[in-house]
Amino acid sequence: MSHVFTRRRFLVGSTLGAGALALSGCDVLDQNGDIDAVLRSAEQLTMKAQRLLQGRNALAREFTEADISPSFRVNGTSVPDSDEYAVLAEGEFKGWKLKVGGLVERPQEISLADLRKLPARTQITRHDCVEGWSAIGKWTGVPLMSILNRTGVKPTARYAVFHCADELERTLDGSGRYYESIDLVDAFHPQTILAYEMNGQALSIGHGAPLRLRVERQLGYKQAKYIMRIELVDSFSSLWGGNGGFWEDRGYEWYAGI
Amino acid sequence: MNENAINDNVRSPRTIFIRRHSLVTRLTHWLNALCLSFLLLSGLQIFNAHPELYWGHFGADGDPAIVTIGSDVRGDDARGFVRIAGVEFSTTGILGVSEVDGELTPRAFPAWATIPSFQDLAAGRRWHFFFAWLFLVNGVLYLGFSILSGHFRRDLAPSSHQLSPRHLWHEILDHARLRFPEGEEARHYNALQKLTYLAVIFVLLPLMVLSGLTMSPGMNAALPALVDIFGGRQSARTIHFITASLLVLFVIVHVAMVVLSGTWNNIRSMITGRYAIHEKGPKS
Repeated sequence: MSHVFTRRRFLVGSTLGAGALALSGCDVLDQNGDIDAVLRSAEQLTMKAQRLLQGRNALAREFTEADISPSFRVNGTSVPDSDEYAVLAEGEFKGWKLKVGGLVERPQEISLADLRKLPARTQITRHDCVEGWSAIGKWTGVPLMSILNRTGVKPTARYAVFHCADELERTLDGSGRYYESIDLVDAFHPQTILAYEMNGQALSIGHGAPLRLRVERQLGYKQAKYIMRIELVDSFSSLWGGNGGFWEDRGYEWYAGI
Repeated sequence: MNENAINDNVRSPRTIFIRRHSLVTRLTHWLNALCLSFLLLSGLQIFNAHPELYWGHFGADGDPAIVTIGSDVRGDDARGFVRIAGVEFSTTGILGVSEVDGELTPRAFPAWATIPSFQDLAAGRRWHFFFAWLFLVNGVLYLGFSILSGHFRRDLAPSSHQLSPRHLWHEILDHARLRFPEGEEARHYNALQKLTYLAVIFVLLPLMVLSGLTMSPGMNAALPALVDIFGGRQSARTIHFITASLLVLFVIVHVAMVVLSGTWNNIRSMITGRYAIHEKGPKS
């Protein structure tokens, strides 16, 4: 019978071991770089699988006016805390210009009035926060594609980076400044717009005035608010934490399609 | 008849071993248990980031919630509660408010039920999506193998005799009295077992995957029908939570049945494949 006991002990031991691992060991595992790298491999798999299923131009669902959320929560920064932004807001953003540069053929600066003269797109879409909540809003703005067609994109460009006016975290080195990035597949997607209106009104400060990004096949933290400058780059390595965005530098996935 | 055949009329009681579970069933069973454990605990971490459930396409603070796990903090006094359809239950210590390093802290599910134990949505998502992929690959392997090997047809499909109301009622009474099949009967799953396993394999687990994918804005663009099936992203999130709860309930009953109907025999059969059946001896 002795082997039964050893087997029994093995079973008890492995059950308890697995339980202990699940309950407390995960925190240790969580801080282990190798394990973190293994867990992170799923992000690439998710992105490749979704891109394969979506194709380039599969559209996010568009809703009707009747579906719009009665209230749309202001998330992240509610007012950018800088003198520069305060001056712009006071002048109703007449002094603001969107700068588009980096790996483009013809860098440009475009005023809000000029953006409003360009062909616009209006879409009623669902905003999905990484935390789990959703809200539906109507967005009007210029397709990013038409801006990039005006500036031209150099062949080495891979990502569009959005530099924002808000500092979501106060830091001495400025690394708490909000920024985001998308690749050219999403940059040239027909629903990717630079929105200056929400629910038929000029974009409020809470929701990102004067201009915010809508990239509808991804989560809320990709929808950068208070856009000051768009830069086309071939890699993120020289930007802050090197992961392509404020939240990405704080552990969140760069591909936020799930 | 071969040596392993069971004969209820043998002269003396004896124990024989049958091969109950195939290697693939055993491997996928334990991998599945591992995946579901990590998925549950990391899922609760993700839930904690917004501990409210809604119905329909949208839902956020201020929208009517079906379920809320929350806290009232007044000075030093913290009270945890769960509110379901307007009815509030005090759950201080477990839900809404629980101890973190000896101090009562507002958080929906307690530290011991989440991965990681501290609040970290980004890490919770990494664990969740990694094990979601492993769970999916494991599940597809199991389904493919079980269809090809005839496991579903042979072991899980109930016979028409088993499905008769009379027989089912009989089994329910037997289970309630904790009387489990013996001898020849123990060779096969009983009808309640078969129906439960089929419900888990073909209803609950696929619902978990589909409702999970429906929460993904990327998948919504790829497969727009998903949103319609569940009636919205927030409905899918609620169904994801309810289905996970049903799976937890299944696991509790499953483990209880394993323990009550012969702990070591059951566990051995899921590890080595060998399952002991006791023959009783002459019928009188």
